Amino acid sequence: MSGYNFAYLDEQTKRMIRRALLKAVAIPGYQVPFASREMPMPYGWGTGGVQVTAACLVPEDTLKVIDQGADDTTNAVSIRAFFARVADIATTEHTRDASVIQTRHRIPEAPLREDQILVFQVPIPEPLRFLEPRETETRKMHALEEYGLMHVRLYEDIARHGEIAKSYAYPVRVEGRYVMDPSPIPKFDNPKLDDCPALQLFGAGREQRIYALPPYTRVESLDFEDYPFKASRPDHPCALCGARDSYLDEVVIDDAGGRMFVCSDTDYCNDRRAAGHRGEMAAPFEEMPE
Amino acid sequence: MDAAALSGGFANPAIDSARVFREVLQAMARPGRIARISGVGPPPGLSPAAAAVLLTLADDTTPVHLAGPCDTAIIRDYLRFHTGAPVAARGRAAFAIGPWEALVPIIDYPFGSDEYPDHAATLIVEMPALAATGARLTGPGIRDEAYLSLPEIAPFRENRRLFPRGLDFIFTSGDAIAALPRTTIVGAR
Repeated sequence: MSGYNFAYLDEQTKRMIRRALLKAVAIPGYQVPFASREMPMPYGWGTGGVQVTAACLVPEDTLKVIDQGADDTTNAVSIRAFFARVADIATTEHTRDASVIQTRHRIPEAPLREDQILVFQVPIPEPLRFLEPRETETRKMHALEEYGLMHVRLYEDIARHGEIAKSYAYPVRVEGRYVMDPSPIPKFDNPKLDDCPALQLFGAGREQRIYALPPYTRVESLDFEDYPFKASRPDHPCALCGARDSYLDEVVIDDAGGRMFVCSDTDYCNDRRAAGHRGEMAAPFEEMPE
Repeated sequence: MDAAALSGGFANPAIDSARVFREVLQAMARPGRIARISGVGPPPGLSPAAAAVLLTLADDTTPVHLAGPCDTAIIRDYLRFHTGAPVAARGRAAFAIGPWEALVPIIDYPFGSDEYPDHAATLIVEMPALAATGARLTGPGIRDEAYLSLPEIAPFRENRRLFPRGLDFIFTSGDAIAALPRTTIVGAR
């Protein structure tokens, strides 16, 4: 790791991010502005999450990085290799072995523990942005707790489609106060945000915002009494491990309309197959990775 | 300047401050939980825990208020040399440090606005001791309930009423720290 300060960022930057993180934890769901830095990767590749992770890491950490649930995609592999190099920390693909998990657009299926920190990469942190483009106005709306526009939007969905059509980045209310964008996780994951034993941190690099959910915080998905929130998933078992409780990716497998549904959480799927679970398209024999 | 003020910083600033911050972060995320931090040798009048928090979080962008017995020449020099933080009056402070009696009344410190509630001070309260007894704490970060030996109860309740504005507190004693963010509901035991 010679040539780099621990975890890449300089100390002045880490102090600035750390102060923002403490205020974010003290005001759950409120977006704290921070002076996001250029990182050695493009915006949209997780620069916010990377800066939050860098400010939190200690040498004893074991880091897991997932992209849409997978440990083996370019984004996840690159960020893991980045921190292995600049912070000299251990990495893992197993949720249970990780002390810090950086994630793009999923929450792992395995329940998180008190000794873990989940860091979300966030593209657009402002849940009201597509309803009101002006930052001065959305800031006022949060200050005045004026969230009527969001409910109108959800109501219009029901009027038009018969249900709330938002399937990801589904807005939540934190401790009955701030409306928050949970990042583009599928709404299937929303219930995992609530009363979670792990600390959850959110970093938006391009938009320069940090926010947080302390452990055991009340997080409710917005809904109506007669149209209650429902966490949905495709109505299939995983084709590889047979799981009926996990979030699934739909994969097109030929040019004749063939498709399969597989767990988006690769570690969860591997664990289940290693334990002998078989889906209908599982290989008759496979050697499982360690 | 007393030469003693020049020593007593982190031996390995990047690593030591990372470890301290992680404990402070978890303390703020889990109000009432008591952790131990170390790595610095502060001058007399400053606990190792309070000094470690300041050296981890304060710099030339964060005015620090030194209250009562913490406002000594050697502590000023120590703070200036190791952090570069300007010493400031209560009304401009990002951090304030001192024993509770010297810090109050808490209304003197910046507690943020409705639009920017994060522009609020963090008070580092030097305590004779820290124990998981006394005031009953509930709220975000606490599964059921927690207890912490707070110096008083009423000011923390007033602070909670300002939410989302308000002050956040870090309590230090020797090498022990605990925290109380503005969200915590404080009750009598």
